[in-house]
Amino acid sequence: MMAIGLGHYLVVSAILLVLGIFGIFLNRKNVIVILMSIELILLAVNLNFVAFSAALNDLAGQIMAMFVLTVAAAEAAIGLAIVVIYFRNRGSIQVEDVNLMKG
Amino acid sequence: MITAILFYLFAAILLGSAAMVVGSRNPVHSVLFLILAFFNAAALFLIAGAEFLAMILVIVYVGAVAVLFLFVVMMLDVDFEDLRKGVQRYWIAGATVGAVLFAELAAVLGGWKLAPSAGQLRMSPVPSGVSNTVALGRILYTDYVFLFQTAGLILMVAMIGAIVLTLRDRKTSRHQNIRTQTERSVSETLQMMSLSIGAGTTASGGYLRPKEPEPEPADAHGGHGHDDHGGHGHGHH
Repeated sequence: MMAIGLGHYLVVSAILLVLGIFGIFLNRKNVIVILMSIELILLAVNLNFVAFSAALNDLAGQIMAMFVLTVAAAEAAIGLAIVVIYFRNRGSIQVEDVNLMKG
Repeated sequence: MITAILFYLFAAILLGSAAMVVGSRNPVHSVLFLILAFFNAAALFLIAGAEFLAMILVIVYVGAVAVLFLFVVMMLDVDFEDLRKGVQRYWIAGATVGAVLFAELAAVLGGWKLAPSAGQLRMSPVPSGVSNTVALGRILYTDYVFLFQTAGLILMVAMIGAIVLTLRDRKTSRHQNIRTQTERSVSETLQMMSLSIGAGTTASGGYLRPKEPEPEPADAHGGHGHDDHGGHGHGHH
């Protein structure tokens, strides 16, 4: 068995990213699962950052992963707040019904 | 050897739980599998040597974000079966896009190699002799301090935004109205009564708080009385 290198991490994060995008397509109606899929995609990004940071012996990747984490947390909070007030106003969270702004 | 086995184990559980997040019928199960995925990603971070990020991932994601998801999923009374009606229809499109994307990524990964000069382009090389947390702290608060403060700003905007979005005024809620508080004058709240010696207020008709609005102007004897007995009325506010 070979040692764990950068390639292994890249394959895992590529599969994770594809799973996240697949999840967005699969659960097109359920906005909560879409948000969770976005979290998976950002987790794949973080895994890439950390893998490159470890491979290149460079700490900048881990710093960037931390900022990605920050933005992901903020995004989840705002997204879930929007979901809550949308449900309060309309009684449903179907993405296809979201046409209040007629955009 | 043991590292490789652990890596494959954690990676397999990570990908399996990610697939369950996407494909689970019940969103509560999705959130729980998301937590499992985050734990295994933290383990992968540990194997890569990013100990601080692994702990941050567990604390922030599992402790805050996933629990937030759990609260929202359980609070909203949504018919989740109804939301899964079109899954068969979307499955084909999703699988196609996913397969194309994965083929592209595999093509990139297959023909990819590190540039020989990549070692010289490092922005912040890992210092030797200190732990991961110390090394991160040394560069986070010096080289990346503006990014750090921007991250704090983003979090504050997100916090204020979430509070403002979900704040709701109820008719039954009692909260401070600062304008009416500061505009209130003494004559609206304080009533001077002339009592006879030895008699209590009940003997001379009693008083009522809050004071009823009176039609006649109350400054017949109010002018000097407030100054004399200002401290008296404080207990009744």
